[in-house]
Amino acid sequence: MRLLDGRDLLAPLPTVGRRFIDDLERSGLAGRGGASFPTATKWRAVAERSRGDAVILVNGAEGEPHSKKDRTLMIARPHLVLDGAFIAARVLRARRIVLYIGERHAAARDSMLGALAHRSEPERGIVSLAAAPPRYVAGAETAAVHFVDEGLATPTTTPPYPFQRAILVQNVETLAHVAALARSGEAPDSVLLTMAGGVTRPGVIEVELGTTVGEAMARGGGPVEAPRAVLVGGYFGRWMQADEAWRLPLTREAGIGCGVMGVLPASRCPVCEVAAIMRYLAAESSAQCGPCFFGLRALAEACAKPAELGRLKRWAAEVRGRGACKHPDGAAIFLSSAIEVFAREFEHHDAIHQVRRVA
Amino acid sequence: MSDERHLVVDRIKCDGRGLCAEILPELIRLDDWGYPILKPGPIPEHLRPLAERAIDDCPVLAIAMRRAEKRS
Repeated sequence: MRLLDGRDLLAPLPTVGRRFIDDLERSGLAGRGGASFPTATKWRAVAERSRGDAVILVNGAEGEPHSKKDRTLMIARPHLVLDGAFIAARVLRARRIVLYIGERHAAARDSMLGALAHRSEPERGIVSLAAAPPRYVAGAETAAVHFVDEGLATPTTTPPYPFQRAILVQNVETLAHVAALARSGEAPDSVLLTMAGGVTRPGVIEVELGTTVGEAMARGGGPVEAPRAVLVGGYFGRWMQADEAWRLPLTREAGIGCGVMGVLPASRCPVCEVAAIMRYLAAESSAQCGPCFFGLRALAEACAKPAELGRLKRWAAEVRGRGACKHPDGAAIFLSSAIEVFAREFEHHDAIHQVRRVA
Repeated sequence: MSDERHLVVDRIKCDGRGLCAEILPELIRLDDWGYPILKPGPIPEHLRPLAERAIDDCPVLAIAMRRAEKRS
């Protein structure tokens, strides 16, 4: 059973109880929002704390700049996503479901609300809608919860983690897999990807787990020109040399993250690209934690300066684990992989852009 | 159950005043912007009193001592 090709039918929900969490565990399903956290572990933690008052926060914020797969899924299969949410509500004994959808993703929101209108009254009665602000960190678990609680989409200090308050925050693609598993006994052996950058047909595709990046690229029409590298997993992912990435099978262990596969053409300066993304990530810091607010800004500025390479590496190591959320960690992993893959360009960046005589 | 404790910093509360690093340089140093970097691992027994002082003296009460953290 595939996610995007299937017909989005409204059918009675399968009967599921607490034991469904064992099925989830056997399926090996992991979160598709980016962190790849084992879904069964999260559900068990919420189930243990629920007194019939759990909350299911359906995370469709999709703040990752190139990612389109969550809204594509919400448009194509709104009932399947809702099924996943209602199944979670039954298994975890929730009294409330919140659809947290990017405020600029109107088509996705309308699709979800349209499907919801066909649901039974008791089902509709527990669902509410929250418009996620268009910020990178708005989709972080604690930021989503903070927004629903107080209208601020900024991360909060952990503990308490959302699960400790019996709140399940789950990405929409993960919930679609949950629904498919409950219906057919098997989770779809597939993953949604967003092909971006120097690829002929950018956009969302669904591939079987185990498909290589190269095969996925071919489905996107192949690269527009010789590729230099691939950013696997979006801005919180990591850079890989193109040939190495091409052979990479997209398994649960591959670090697919949010599913964005960004192709960098060989004609582009990788250091300038990396610096631009670091400036973006620095600006997207929620400015609550010093190491993230000051550190990412400094990292973004130092990126293009070979003389600062030593400090760049030290700072990238130092900011990790020093924010309330994983924003600095994500940015640091992204940057560290860039320094490794583009070592030569980082060392000679000034020479690459030197004005020289052409005749 | 072991009585091992770790230092934790509430990164949102922390203002980078830096007192903690003055009191307990054995376990806390400051980054280039004045925010604390903790040495990983449990607090050695002989540093426990200084750790307690660093916690009490933090002007924004951003540091605490915790048992090793476990998820779920």
